[in-house]
Amino acid sequence: MAGILCVIEQRDGTIRRASLQALSQAARLTAPTGAAVTAVLVGHGVSGLAPSLGGYGASRVLVADELRFARYTPEAYAAAIQAAAALVVPQAVFMSATTVGRDLAGRLAARLGVDCLADVVKVWLEEDAVVAVRPVYSGKALATVDGGSSSPVVVTLRPNVFAVEPIAAAGTVEPLSVPEVAVRAVVREVVAKESGELDVAEADIVVSGGRGMKAPENLALVRDLAHAMGAAVGASRAIVDAGWIDHAYQVGQTGKVVSPTLYLACGISGAIQHLAGMSSSKIIVAINKDPEAPIFKAADYGIVGDALQVLPALTAEVKRLKAEG
Amino acid sequence: MRSCVLLACVPDTASVIKLGAAGNRIDEAGIKWVISPYDEFALEEAVRIKEAGSGHVTVVSYGPDRVQATLRDGLARGADAAVQVTGGETTFGNALAIARVLAAAIRKLGGFDLVWAGVKGVGSDNSLVGAMVAELCDLPHVSGVLKAEFGGGKVVAHREVDGGMEVIEAPLPCVLTAQKGLNEPRYPSLKGIMASKKAAIQTMSVADLGLDEAALAGAGCRWRSLALPPAKGGGMILNGETDPAAAARELARLLREQAKVI
Repeated sequence: MAGILCVIEQRDGTIRRASLQALSQAARLTAPTGAAVTAVLVGHGVSGLAPSLGGYGASRVLVADELRFARYTPEAYAAAIQAAAALVVPQAVFMSATTVGRDLAGRLAARLGVDCLADVVKVWLEEDAVVAVRPVYSGKALATVDGGSSSPVVVTLRPNVFAVEPIAAAGTVEPLSVPEVAVRAVVREVVAKESGELDVAEADIVVSGGRGMKAPENLALVRDLAHAMGAAVGASRAIVDAGWIDHAYQVGQTGKVVSPTLYLACGISGAIQHLAGMSSSKIIVAINKDPEAPIFKAADYGIVGDALQVLPALTAEVKRLKAEG
Repeated sequence: MRSCVLLACVPDTASVIKLGAAGNRIDEAGIKWVISPYDEFALEEAVRIKEAGSGHVTVVSYGPDRVQATLRDGLARGADAAVQVTGGETTFGNALAIARVLAAAIRKLGGFDLVWAGVKGVGSDNSLVGAMVAELCDLPHVSGVLKAEFGGGKVVAHREVDGGMEVIEAPLPCVLTAQKGLNEPRYPSLKGIMASKKAAIQTMSVADLGLDEAALAGAGCRWRSLALPPAKGGGMILNGETDPAAAARELARLLREQAKVI
């Protein structure tokens, strides 16, 4: 059993924080046995990022830095990770459960003939097993799962759940040779979101609006608060279905499942499908007119009141506190 | 265009989840079983493609006899043929086993230009089966499709990614998984419901596909136990009806000084 291989995702020349969370967790799990943690970094023009990974617990960093990896494609990236797994023969392959990670994990696992423990919130190693806790039924229940006889077990770790832990260490960096592979699904174009907008699935703070915001134009109040807090904007299914905002913002059972440090639900009653998507947030704040709204049962803090009146005051106060430092 | 749509039979999203006696499954008493919501988008798109030109839509589901109702629902919504792979009790939540069974069924049925699934099966929430089936059938895949156009033996698909949108081109046959936003699924028509009741469902067993369910079950994920998340309660709820600004200031103070999150 030779440790953990951790897939590192980068975007625009920056290592994604979610990948460092996965790498730190791999380092914590292998520390008692001294098993090795190997990071694998795939991309183009990414070699410069490799040395820093030693500082998060990777004793060895494999780098596939080639033009054909400039954009993520599941076929090429799965081939690269497979090549790394063949070198390392790990007990587990970790990656973050980002959009890329969740897409890649299925392709990779099938290629290796193994199963994947997806979107886990706890993970540990037993002598002959990789075991994890993962939310199922969109968080209405938690399953403790193992990978059976799969070897390695692919594991995707939910972003924002595992701590990043820098350590005083360095890793060796080696190029990774990847065989030629047919890439049939190719990226023709990437349309970036407006700059500065955080993705709701990965943000540390999420401010969500619901029907209690009364009209689409009032979502500006949600955006203002999100901006003041450095937060991502989320939405309830009701206002997505009503066409107020795009589905990319929806939090809940048929949208994103999020676990931020702070989740503010503004004018959201808290239907079971919405609660399923956000109830694992560390601190939940509800602002709603109806004191009987189910969202208050999930809330750590709340205000019974009109979100249209509370939000501008809260935004102003947050700005004032931030300015104070 | 010949499409295969993989349908998962899952508890309705409004279901209250309770633990079952076995300790690693939910209590199925009173659960209403439905087509997994993302699979509805997949089916709707396959039916629209057929209606816009010509073609044929086969719905396939792997599971115990309750999936027959799922398949009939699929027929009522416009599918032409339905196939049940029976079994699945021991491979529950095991994406690798499910994908191996479905891939074998797809190969046995043969001749599809497109294989559709939802981006996620609501319930086990794995988001794995589509990409696994693609790999096992040696096909390209695009996951989380929001728009798909076809022509010249190719698909051009739009998918949401972290930080933006990707436009992907892939040759057919191809596996596509549907994201919410792809379309607005129809309700089954009365005529469709009546016809689906009489329609024949083709059945095949895992053994018919040359596979052994016990071996599949051992090779992949096992649910050891199931628990309900710890109940919250006793949150600090402020009255903001008379003085919203004061309540907002107090909330900000609590978040900063007590919760230490801003």
